[in-house]
This record gives sequence, structure tokens and C-alpha cells, in this order.
Amino acid sequence: MNLDKRDLLQMYKMMLLIRRFEEQCVEFYKNGEIRGSLHPCIGQEATAVGACYALRKDDYLTCTYRGHGQALDKGLDPKEAMAELLGRSTGCSKGKGGSMHFTDPDVGLLGENAIVGAGAPIAVGAALSAQLDGIDRVSITFFGDGAVNQGAFAEALNLAAVWNAPIIFFCENNLYSEMTPIADMVNIEQLADRAAGFGIPAVTVDGYDPVALYEATLAAVDRARSGGGPTFIEAMTYRLVGHMIGDTEPYRTQEEVAEWRARDPIHAFPQRLVDEFGVSQAEIEAAQAEVEAQMAEVVRFALDSPWPSADEIAQDIFA
Amino acid sequence: MRELTYAQALREAITEEMDRNPNIILLGEDIGVYGGVFKVTEGLLARYGPERVRETPISEAGFVGAAVGLAMTGKHPMPELMFADFAWVAADQIFNQAAKMRYMSGGRVKVPMVIRTQQGGGRGNAAQHSQSLETIFTHIPGLKVVLPATPYDAKGLLKSAFREENPIVFVEHKLLYATRGPVPEEEYTIPLGQAEIKRAGDDVTLVSLSRTVLHALEAAEEMAQEGVSVEAIDLRCTVPMDLETILESVRKTNRLVVAHESHRRLGIGAEIAALVQEHAFDHLDAPIERVGAMDVPIPYSQPLESQVLPGVDHILEAIRRVIV
Ligand SMILES: Cc1ncc(C[n+]2csc(CCOP(=O)(O)OP(=O)(O)O)c2C)c(N)n1
Ligand SMILES: [Mg+2]
Repeated sequence: MNLDKRDLLQMYKMMLLIRRFEEQCVEFYKNGEIRGSLHPCIGQEATAVGACYALRKDDYLTCTYRGHGQALDKGLDPKEAMAELLGRSTGCSKGKGGSMHFTDPDVGLLGENAIVGAGAPIAVGAALSAQLDGIDRVSITFFGDGAVNQGAFAEALNLAAVWNAPIIFFCENNLYSEMTPIADMVNIEQLADRAAGFGIPAVTVDGYDPVALYEATLAAVDRARSGGGPTFIEAMTYRLVGHMIGDTEPYRTQEEVAEWRARDPIHAFPQRLVDEFGVSQAEIEAAQAEVEAQMAEVVRFALDSPWPSADEIAQDIFA
Repeated sequence: MRELTYAQALREAITEEMDRNPNIILLGEDIGVYGGVFKVTEGLLARYGPERVRETPISEAGFVGAAVGLAMTGKHPMPELMFADFAWVAADQIFNQAAKMRYMSGGRVKVPMVIRTQQGGGRGNAAQHSQSLETIFTHIPGLKVVLPATPYDAKGLLKSAFREENPIVFVEHKLLYATRGPVPEEEYTIPLGQAEIKRAGDDVTLVSLSRTVLHALEAAEEMAQEGVSVEAIDLRCTVPMDLETILESVRKTNRLVVAHESHRRLGIGAEIAALVQEHAFDHLDAPIERVGAMDVPIPYSQPLESQVLPGVDHILEAIRRVIV
């Protein structure tokens, strides 16, 4: 493993930032500060952190409405992200996109997407762009288990394969597409099995193990950078909250949720750092304090930010 | 001046722009060796190679989506939809992605791309290969929509489309490819959003677009024999739309007919009629007439299709109604 103590602490800090960010979002949603729908990635932080730690800042990324974690990890400023959620002019999209459309081309973030499966062909295009430029940039697209049944998604896999595009298809299989078990919607055991039909190598990874996720992603990234083409990664994960705020969750049992909650990486990972990697409890606590301070700043910035002015309405339609 | 076909004029525009801008990438079905089913891209594979003239699987959503990704990362793709009818298959990528990406990002990204396609009936291609869809493209904010009627316009407008940093839907007409017209050797462009008065007149304003412009000019000629002077305006773009040229003409003629091959219901004619009564109500001496395809799927059989699609006779009838 080529992660040292400093890397691991950094990953933990990021994971915690995402968790705190999402918890703050839930609070803001409940008191009406955040509108529309909110799809927290609570419980799925490890996939964001493990995968993104294997990327460079200039790599491209598309993700979904559940992509706050990946966006932050790719480098989106949490202050701009929170301001966006509150609809403020200082938001990453000046308040025009909201929760499902975080975009920041400066860090390669080509957009969350509110249409299931739609980010995949866009990421393939970005990968092709890098390939045409002869730059060893890669592209990664995050999607849920539900996306594998979308036509555009299948088309994207095939295009990537025939173009040998430098892309990683990263499936966050959290067992449910909205309120429907994915097991009822496909006739295969693992979603990674789909990739073989497109001639794309695939691997299934424990989505609650940041280190395993990092290693699997790094292998795929290395392959893509060196001209080896696409890889499909399926991370078995779980959201510890509902699909969106207000989800009554009749489709899963309390026992199942409890089983996954017992493995919640937000607690398991720092414990593992202490047990296996010689990180001290003091270092963990310092990381936690740092995140709390950062979040206080994020919240203050967002709440203090001005609303966009009405003359913004007709701006940014055409370049 | 030399004459070119509409297809040749388009090819010349693509070639000149590809020479000028190495970021232009063509994607589409059968566009390489075969040169596209209407031969517009003939010879381009040999000239630019398979990286820039990219044959795709039959995956409209996939390759239009890839074009969005290319566009967001510095390329200037030109995905080709063999028939406009296939836009529905790629609808999410056109309407939800390409059109909205810039806005949703608060202007952080650009999506420079030219979706080239062709539409229209008159060839017995039936309901899934004969639609005219400019109304649909026009309705969703975020796309510019161009519909050239002549070889000259086809070249000049396509060149301008490539100089835009926006998603453009460039809609050709399948029955125009073989038409010929003057195209100068010297380079020129035509700005998007400028209608053209193709024939000046005083008595009736006749606005049309795409292939219907040819019908309109024929109708204008016929009315001239009867002593009625028709001003025929070719809209050329529906987004941006040159309302000013229409209003100026209506203020002079006080009568307006709008003709297009897309369905009459909620068509561009309806939009123009609404805009003109908002802006020039006092100048109108007769109700505005709209000519468009009947609101039925386009039928196959020749006598049926020719009744459903607007022709010269339909336009003549409309003109006669506004001049009584
Ligand atoms: C094309 C499309 N169909 C339906 C929806 C509504 N929808 C939003 S999220 C979702 C479930 C997607 O599940 P999955 O891909 O597993 O992602 P997860 O929410 O579990 O992260 C659905 C059906 C949508 N946004 N887009
Ligand atoms: Mg899911």
C-alpha cells in the first residue's frame, strides 16, 4: 500500500467533512433553508474519499445528485457548495443549479447530474478529449446501481470500450434505486458482471473500506493513464439515511440498516487508523476539531452570502 | 458566380472550419467511408483521419452525450443525427444536458457544439423519418436553431455556427441537398439571427423557413402575375429570431402569412403571429394566416403526404385570404 499515515489522516478528515457537510444540509433542509430535493450521501463517504484520493486535480469527474461527497473531494470549495445549496450568489453556480448540479471546471468537476445515467456519456466525451490531446488525464463517472438499466449508460460503456477511452465507471451499489431493490431489477449477481459484455474489465470492492476503494481505483486510473482503456468498479455500499429527506423507508428493515450502521466507516476508519496504522487518538481528535472549525466557517459564509440579483435570471444561457 | 449544391456548400463550410479549428471533431453514423447517407461528409475521413471524423455505433444518446463532454473540455464537436427524428432518442442529452449545462453551472462551463441533422417530408419516408422539429428545439431555452434554405445560406450559417461557443441545432432539409445555387469562392459568414428578405414586396409579408422558402418564392412569383406584391422573408434561424425584420415588413404591408413544414399547432407561425400582434397590432389590416403541416403523423402514401405537407397552393390560398 502506498498510503502513509498522513494520507490516511487526510482521507479521514475528508470523510468527516463530507459527513458533517451532509448533516448540516439535512438541518438546513428541515428548517427550509434548502429547497427542492436533497439526497445525502451519508454512509457512502468512503467511496467518494477512496476513489477521489486516487485522482489528480486535472482529472475529469461526473457524478449524480448524490455527489456532494465526490464534488467536495475533487476540490469543490465547501463554502461555495453550501452557498449554492442556500441559493446564494456566491454558490459554485451562483445559485442557479442547487444540490443536484454542483459544477466546478477548475477542479475537473463536469457536473453532478439529476438524470439517472446521463453523466456517463458526458464523462466518456471528456475522456476522449484527454485522449485526443495526448494528455494522461483520466475521467471518472460515479453512478448508482439504478443507472445500469439506463440506455444512455449502456451506450456510454460501449463507446468507451470501442474508443479505448481513459475512463473509470464507478458504480456505487447501495442496493436500492430510490425505493426499489436493485436485486429485483437485474438478473445478475453483481452489477460488475455487466461490463464483460462490453469488453470492459471489472472488479467488485467493499464500499465501506476506503483503502480497498483507493487501491481499486488507483489500479483503474493507472490502466487508463497508460492507454489501457476503461474499467468498471462496483463498490458495495449503503446509504444510512433515506433516499431523500422524507423517505419513510418501508422497503428495508431496521436490522439491515443496523448491520451496515455497525460498520459505518466514519467510526470504523479512524479506529482502524489507530489500531493498524499508528495514528494517535490525539491526531484523530485534532482532525475532528479541524473539521468542526471548517464547518462553522462554511455555515457562516453561506448564511452571510447575498441572494443573486434578478438580473442574473437571463444570464448564462449562451456564452 | 459558381454554383454549388446545398450538400457541397455544407461540406465546404465544414472543411474550411475544420482547417481553421483543430478542435472540431465529427461524430456520427456512416459519416466516414460512406460520407454520410446524404454525402455531406464525403471525403472528410480521408482528409482529416478517424480521430476527427469519428464513426460511431448507433447510439445517439451516447454520442451526443460524448459530444457534450467533449465540448465541456475544450473540443468543438459536431455530432450528426442522420434524421432529426432520432433527436428523440438523444433527447435527454440535447434538452437536459447540452441546453442547460451552462445555465446550471452559473456560466462556469461552455458547451460549444453543432448538432447537424436533416428533417422534413416529401419523399415518402413516413412518420418516423419525415418530421420537422424546429418548434421543439426552439421551445427549450439554451439551444440556437438554424435552418438554411439555400446553398449560400447553408455555408455561411454553418460557418457561423462553428464560431459560436454554444450548442447549435443545425437543421437541414432532406429535399434541399441536391438544390443548386450561387456560392462565392471567397470566404464569408452569415450571422445567426438575421432573417433575409429573399424577395421584396409591398402588399403581403410572407415569412417562411427551410425548404418552405422555395415554396414561398414560387407563390410570390405567382402572385406577382396577379399584381400582388409579396415580400418573402426567410427566417433562417428560430433562435435567435429576427423579429425586427418581420415587424418592419408588416408595418409596410399590413398583412402577414407565416408558412412552415412543421405542424401548424403551436408552430413557429403561432409564435410569430403572437409576437406580431403584441408589437404591431395597429398595423394589421387582416388576420394573420398560418400555413403548416396538418396535425397528423406524416403519412406514407404520396397523395396523402402531399396533402398533409404545406405546398405552394396552401400558401397561395393563405395569401388570397389576407388580401381580400
Ligand atoms: C432518467 C431518470 N429517471 C428517474 C429519475 C428519478 N430518480 C431519481 S434518483 C432515482 C434512483 C436512482 O438510483 P441509483 O442509480 O441506485 O442511485 P442512488 O440514488 O441509489 O444513489 C430515480 C429513479 C431520474 N432522476 N432520472
Ligand atoms: Mg442506488
